[in-house]
Amino acid sequence: MSQERKRIVITGTGTLSPVGLSTEALWESLSQGKGGAAPITYFDATQFATRFACELKNFNATDHIDAKSAGRMDPFCQYAIAASDQALKDSGLDLSAIDPSRIGVVFGSGTGGMTTHDQQMRLYLDRGPRRISPFFIPMLIPDIAAGQISMRHKLMGPNYATASACATSLHAIIDAWMLIQMDMADYMVCGGSEAAITPMSVAGFNAARALSTANDIPEKASRPYDRDRDGFVMGEGAGALILETLESAQARGAKIYGEIAGVGASADAHHLTAPHPEGAGAVNAMQNAMKQAGITPDSIDYINTHGTATPLGDLAEIKAIKKVLGEHAYKTSISSTKSMTGHLLGAAGVVESIVCLKAMEQQLVPPTINIDNLDPEIDVDVTPNEAREKSLEYVLNNGFGFGGHNATLIFKKA
Amino acid sequence: MSADEIKSKVYDIIVSKMGVNKDQIKPESKFADDLGADSLDTVELIMELENEFDIQIPDEEAEKIGTVQQAIDYIVKAK
Repeated sequence: MSQERKRIVITGTGTLSPVGLSTEALWESLSQGKGGAAPITYFDATQFATRFACELKNFNATDHIDAKSAGRMDPFCQYAIAASDQALKDSGLDLSAIDPSRIGVVFGSGTGGMTTHDQQMRLYLDRGPRRISPFFIPMLIPDIAAGQISMRHKLMGPNYATASACATSLHAIIDAWMLIQMDMADYMVCGGSEAAITPMSVAGFNAARALSTANDIPEKASRPYDRDRDGFVMGEGAGALILETLESAQARGAKIYGEIAGVGASADAHHLTAPHPEGAGAVNAMQNAMKQAGITPDSIDYINTHGTATPLGDLAEIKAIKKVLGEHAYKTSISSTKSMTGHLLGAAGVVESIVCLKAMEQQLVPPTINIDNLDPEIDVDVTPNEAREKSLEYVLNNGFGFGGHNATLIFKKA
Repeated sequence: MSADEIKSKVYDIIVSKMGVNKDQIKPESKFADDLGADSLDTVELIMELENEFDIQIPDEEAEKIGTVQQAIDYIVKAK
């Protein structure tokens, strides 16, 4: 890396998760090992192979957004607005004192407006094309969250969405980081949002054999690294970060959550939905991020894994971690907080980045819960069932998506 | 349906779709200038009127509906 690389830090976070509707509430749940899975309430799931998920609890859009505007947003966009409002407020940025062209938004979603799509499709089938709402397209498209955030706060810098399935919001953070590196913006709002607990989406993930079907024990179903894991548990929500240079954050006396020390991205080039069996792409992403951070493998104190609790995915990622860290893989702490939040798809990466930042702030490794019988093939420390105090200086976060997209971020303690 | 009933329903639809209070709506209110409707709002409002009153408003007729009273008059005539 060139010497001129900027040091970019996080100065604001916002979270809507199935275990808490703020960063503090999320952390409270994770540090206590509380999960958020329960039977699906959004629709009648009687006919579905999977009948539970991690829904947001008590989210009311009109607590955050006026009724008219909220009615013209899919839930994924409402979540994005609520999370980015939190992050901007948390950052203490005075938007009126910033050149609006120097603050941008990169905000993604794995699927976009699924609820809206399902509703409008039904209208079309029942009543024909003339009944489709003029707001259908601008509620459906995944980039609309970035657009709506910009309109709400008058942010006129670079503005778009990323899309890489479950790696979407890590790519959004990487892009935001690059935009500041390339001097295309001074401040960035970035993250991702997902609201895909809908009939079509659950049926689709079921058909792909991706979801747990442990309907008799929803609260125990998200069990990465457990012998009996049988797929991921759908979650939903949003996360948002505010990025700026260390210099800028220090000059305004902002609270600094941590620094983005390195970023890496790669492709498996292997299969539509299955990971490369040896985690080849993941190895590449992690190695690139470490190289950029200028650190050796033994510096990594904690890895928040992608760890979705699919039989293949969990093993491939652990293999990749061993390849990258060598002997240190047996000393570092590892956990999958999806065991508690469920899998937030396009919002997973950013919410787990927020978990990493809180873990460094609190010097506490959140657990992987629901490990009753550790998979004998997992011989690293996946922090089973209880949080653990630990000195954390560098933490690594992985996110992988259908299509073979891999992304890694390394954060350094503030 | 009487003209008063139609007027009352039209007001209700405007309130629910446009996010305005009922007392802000007057017969002479223009959807765009007075009630803050943009092009998408107007399309949605026309669709909602079609839906509620079970009528078809062709695009060329819809373009002529600029005020609340014009909407009411159109519906009264169409019913």
